[in-house]
Amino acid sequence: MPVLLTSLDPLVAALRADGYRVVGPTVRDGAIVLAELDRADMLPYGWGVRLGPGGYRLRERDDRAAFANSAGPQSWKQFLHPPRQQLWSAERDSDGGFTVAEPADEPPRYAFLGVRPCDLRAISVLDHVLGAGADNRYARRREGIFIVVANCTEPGETCFCVSAGGGPGVGPGHDGAGYDLALTELADDDGVRYVVDAGSEDGWRLLDRLPYEAAEPPTTARARDAVARAADRMGRTLPAADLRALLAGTLEAARWDDVAARCLSCGNCTMVCPTCFCTSVEDTTDLTGDHAERWLRWESCFDLDFSYLHGGPVRSSRRSRYRQWLTHKLGTWHDQFGESGCVGCGRCIVWCPVGIDITEETHALAAEYEASTDDRGGGAQR
Amino acid sequence: MMPLPYRVTGRRQETSDTATLILEPVRQPMAAARPGQFSMVYAFGVGEVPISVSGPPDADLVVHTLRAVGAVTRALHDARVGQVLGLRGPYGTDWGLPVPVGSDLVIVGGGIGLAPLRPAVYHALDQRARYRRVAVLIGARTPDDLLFTKEYDDWRAGGVEVGVTVDRADTTWAGRVGVVPDLITGLEFAPESTVALVCGPEVMMRFTARALLRRGVPPAAVRVSLERNMHCGTALCGHCQLGPLLLCRDGPVVGYDRAQPLTGVKEL
Repeated sequence: MPVLLTSLDPLVAALRADGYRVVGPTVRDGAIVLAELDRADMLPYGWGVRLGPGGYRLRERDDRAAFANSAGPQSWKQFLHPPRQQLWSAERDSDGGFTVAEPADEPPRYAFLGVRPCDLRAISVLDHVLGAGADNRYARRREGIFIVVANCTEPGETCFCVSAGGGPGVGPGHDGAGYDLALTELADDDGVRYVVDAGSEDGWRLLDRLPYEAAEPPTTARARDAVARAADRMGRTLPAADLRALLAGTLEAARWDDVAARCLSCGNCTMVCPTCFCTSVEDTTDLTGDHAERWLRWESCFDLDFSYLHGGPVRSSRRSRYRQWLTHKLGTWHDQFGESGCVGCGRCIVWCPVGIDITEETHALAAEYEASTDDRGGGAQR
Repeated sequence: MMPLPYRVTGRRQETSDTATLILEPVRQPMAAARPGQFSMVYAFGVGEVPISVSGPPDADLVVHTLRAVGAVTRALHDARVGQVLGLRGPYGTDWGLPVPVGSDLVIVGGGIGLAPLRPAVYHALDQRARYRRVAVLIGARTPDDLLFTKEYDDWRAGGVEVGVTVDRADTTWAGRVGVVPDLITGLEFAPESTVALVCGPEVMMRFTARALLRRGVPPAAVRVSLERNMHCGTALCGHCQLGPLLLCRDGPVVGYDRAQPLTGVKEL
């Protein structure tokens, strides 16, 4: 049964007492960013956002809600799959050989506070790509993370999680739901309250230590309604078509030339995307030449070097690079990992400097595809 | 993801820019590569590149033949006997050997593309009685660019038909001039029971596959080895995508039935 919290202070304090570094949204430099929180009052209480293609602005809200704002410029991949990390270092041995060792540092134990359901899905997508459960650094980092979901009651103008196959709320919790606690925020004249459900045993144990009240049925009903209403207020949609087939069938569409004429190939969309996982390795030595290191850093498929083979890049045109990004995200991700790579968070639309909109591009491709298949169908009938 | 140290115990200069390295584990070996698989080869402090295995499956030593085309491959090409390199792997799909008893095996290599095919040639020599006809068709830009020339007579003696052609002859060349797919025209084989293994520049593979298909070889029986930018070898970095394929995992060896629609799209 869900319970009611009238403050998140005890939650943050309990997580910190358990040794977690609590990371959550906070206002910094005119945006809601993800940062380490010492106290719950660092959350963006009273702040909302105005979003559009190539646009992001904070706005003051009439209430004191902390989570009535949608995805900011950062995502949790920053912590799960850091932009730059050392893979190993190597020292030359006296016999001319070398010894390789992984960095000894233990991954930080994070508690993620305020994970949106779209971003919870993104974490699950990363798990499937980067190997949660495997014996690797991602898995070790992922293993100990405590996740507090904030159900979405205020989707942004660029949101489309519902048509991407997710929802603004997480389902009833049970172990394996992918989160430990789920909050639904209610903000009104009575102040800010949270209807809280646990999604794991760890979640229940933590909740038991917090000063909660019983959640009265009308209150839980209000929370459920707020999430349900959010589902109907998505700013955007993806086409209802089979996107894998659509994109496999439109590789030579004219629309790619159209979008290539606008795209700057800056790679912003890949940096802000919560599931874009591509990396490059960098090998270095010190001046003696006896100490070498390998580092992993985020890479973008918009970079010319991304597809470099001796002789030049495979994808030298901007058209081919945008096509790679979009067809991978919505199409071939299914072939590679059995699901879509897009969770509908809308970040790529907001942070594109020229306001390219993945949903608009996909609708245009769908229209072109439909027209071409209609033509073929008509031809067959004649 | 950490390279295992391997010492260079043998080195042969194959052409002006291509060398074969014999590598033996300093400590722990990696698993034996199946013909067609590749390793990630690391030059200390310089970098790491994917290189196909060019020797027989063997857990005690690894053979790589590589061409110097960039900073890392130059450093590897210049490695001296006694030097230690790093290896990870083996990675990727293999040629799928053995193929059914009684098959005709057509092996087609262009330039450095012969290197990953050599383990398949060794397999065919080793199990010659298993197959009906075995042909190795080799193309290179010039006679000086031909790989493993000292072995061709042994291959012939082992019952393998060897056809060689060059794009441009020099005064010493008495052989055939032309592109590799031309060698398929006159070749005797039973298309419906043929398996073809093809590696070389993408355009060469396309024309070779086309020539084989024209003779009636089913597309799935033509296996090509594709190359893209591989950084990790473990399907984690995203660089080697070709449409739905992550070539380090789903390739490099891919049936032409899958490869044709993908390689046919420019810049995919």
